[in-house]
Amino acid sequence: MSQPASLPLVASLLDAPLPPSGIVWLDAARHENRAAFAAGGLPDTRVEAWKYTALRALGQRSFAHGDAAAASRAVAASRFALPGVVGPRLVFVNGVFRADLSALDALPPGLTLQPLAQALHGDAEPLRFVLSRPIPASEAADAFVRINAASATDGVVLRVAAHAKVAAPVQLVFVGAAAEVAAPAHPAPAALARSSASELAWHLRNVIELGEGAELNLIEHHVSEGEPAQLATFVSDIDVREGARLHHTVLQNVAAGTSLVRRSSVRVHGRAHAVLHVLELGGALVRHDLQAELIGNGARFDTRGVFMPHGRQHIDTQLTIRHQALNTTSASTWRGVANDRARGVFRGAIVVAPGADGSDASLGNKNLLLSPGAEIDTKPELEIYADEVKAAHGATVGQLDERSLFYLRSRGIPLAQARALLTAAFCRAVLDDLPNEALREHLSALLVAQLPNV
Amino acid sequence: MSMLIIENLHARVEGKEILKGLSLSVSAGEVHAIMGPNGAGKSTLGNVLSGRDGYEVTAGTVTYNGIDLLALEPEVRAAAGVFLAFQYPVEIPGVNNTYFLRAAFNAQRKARGEKEFDSMQFLKLVREKLKVMQISDELLHRAVNEGFSGGEKKRNEIFQMAVLEPQLAILDETDSGLDIDALKHVADGVNALRSPDRAFLMITHYQRLLDYVVPDFVHVLADGRIVESGDKSLALKLEEHGYAGLGEGVAA
Repeated sequence: MSQPASLPLVASLLDAPLPPSGIVWLDAARHENRAAFAAGGLPDTRVEAWKYTALRALGQRSFAHGDAAAASRAVAASRFALPGVVGPRLVFVNGVFRADLSALDALPPGLTLQPLAQALHGDAEPLRFVLSRPIPASEAADAFVRINAASATDGVVLRVAAHAKVAAPVQLVFVGAAAEVAAPAHPAPAALARSSASELAWHLRNVIELGEGAELNLIEHHVSEGEPAQLATFVSDIDVREGARLHHTVLQNVAAGTSLVRRSSVRVHGRAHAVLHVLELGGALVRHDLQAELIGNGARFDTRGVFMPHGRQHIDTQLTIRHQALNTTSASTWRGVANDRARGVFRGAIVVAPGADGSDASLGNKNLLLSPGAEIDTKPELEIYADEVKAAHGATVGQLDERSLFYLRSRGIPLAQARALLTAAFCRAVLDDLPNEALREHLSALLVAQLPNV
Repeated sequence: MSMLIIENLHARVEGKEILKGLSLSVSAGEVHAIMGPNGAGKSTLGNVLSGRDGYEVTAGTVTYNGIDLLALEPEVRAAAGVFLAFQYPVEIPGVNNTYFLRAAFNAQRKARGEKEFDSMQFLKLVREKLKVMQISDELLHRAVNEGFSGGEKKRNEIFQMAVLEPQLAILDETDSGLDIDALKHVADGVNALRSPDRAFLMITHYQRLLDYVVPDFVHVLADGRIVESGDKSLALKLEEHGYAGLGEGVAA
């Protein structure tokens, strides 16, 4: 597992400058994580969590750190305009906060929304716990979390005060914009040096907290301007306190040359309810580790997700839900549709800890292969250490139902249209319970647009 | 000239010969009932006529309005006016019933070179048909057949038929699994659609549907062939004596 640090990806990321923040504990954490990343390298496919996602090709590429022109790159507002989403907005371009594109005036009462760098510059102490939390030494599996912890100097800090109900949706926009950057100091070997000079890496760290009884509707939007070749990493901590309610929608629709590695950790306290809708549409190599912990009695966590890789895309979602308190509930419905020579990976793990009696967990992942060259690997995992638990778990990979196809054709709908109609319905199922109707219609249209023959 | 001429039709399913020389002619305006015991090939006939995969025609011809029906894809047959009311209508979660029906309606019109209906025009048409079929518009807002009762599914088939206005309607055991009220509703729908331009092929195991939709002709299908044909009195005879003994000397 211990790759030589000379792997171009590792070497180039380590080459990024690490200017002191002026905060002692933060600098210590950054250096520690940087050293751990240098020592551990990248995980290979012998690491269970990376079994189906090989980093060989990505590892051979070099990335430059930071885009000096990020603050002035033109980004059309239409890139991140979403129907039904008008409210506070925080926009980053190539990892750099853009006040000119953000909407932070007149924030509703109880809402704090600011870039992490600003928050650290003010009072860093409230962020100390989450930012200095050590990353467990699980060998190389957490490589990207480490390099993120070492390198991210900005991100989102979002807080909703106890009992505040933020009605307007809050939109977090992460834009990757095409950029020409200086060649990195450790260029890839000549044979692999293709577009390495223009490849950029950036890292963002997000901290989101809902106080007791608070309510928030959050839109997380990953998008591109132009066709950037980039690597971006995200680590997000989301804390949903007692009785709070979070509705979180993730739309990932970045350009085909962008690789994204994200870790989202959600902690759901007693009687709190978090609902996540996730659309993974774009990107080259996309990896999302989504980890939820139900840590208070009666906590509830629901996810609905769809991943639709096509072309040569690789989209990997690793969902882990840990029931750690009494009478906790989780329901997860995920759909995958792979076309061309694309690959989808889904691992859905439910862990019911000792003492988490009365837990009710269900997780389903249905997948469709639209072409013979496409592949989806799905791996359900169930670990139960408590009593009186209800757990349902299912995963399938298949083609469209022949009976349904014939039914549609027998009514006069041509084969290609019948396929498109059934595939669209298959994907749209994950949007059924999205309450924002205008947004739901828009996302539904995006899913359909992703399909062939429509 | 007959609308539908089936001559010496042989068909196999999974290598097993089911239809063994079936011949039948149907003209516009006529209602034909095909009756027969289980396994005689009744549903196979409906599936072969509508073009379902897995049914291999090994001999014989089917001519529909002068063209070779068997050479056409299922959607082309539909656009040409052939409609199969399924014995087991398929549930299609996520596809709205109205959306589905409009897609089908417009696909057929497009295939025939006619102008497609916009949603307002289509809604008007659907409202008219709902009234005739006495169907609640609540069914329109649901996904195709999803969570429908057995009776609702069959009525939805007849409703689709009313909207799509086929020339040749094949009803595959549309009466099966219905209680008497649901059966009457379905029969009323079929009767409302009878017209001099339209022909019906009603495939059924039981005579009771024929009390409500009175056929012009009754055929007995046994062992892959029509072994006896007559008028509606033949159905009553079958009801009395059963299928045993029919077609003796014809079937081997």
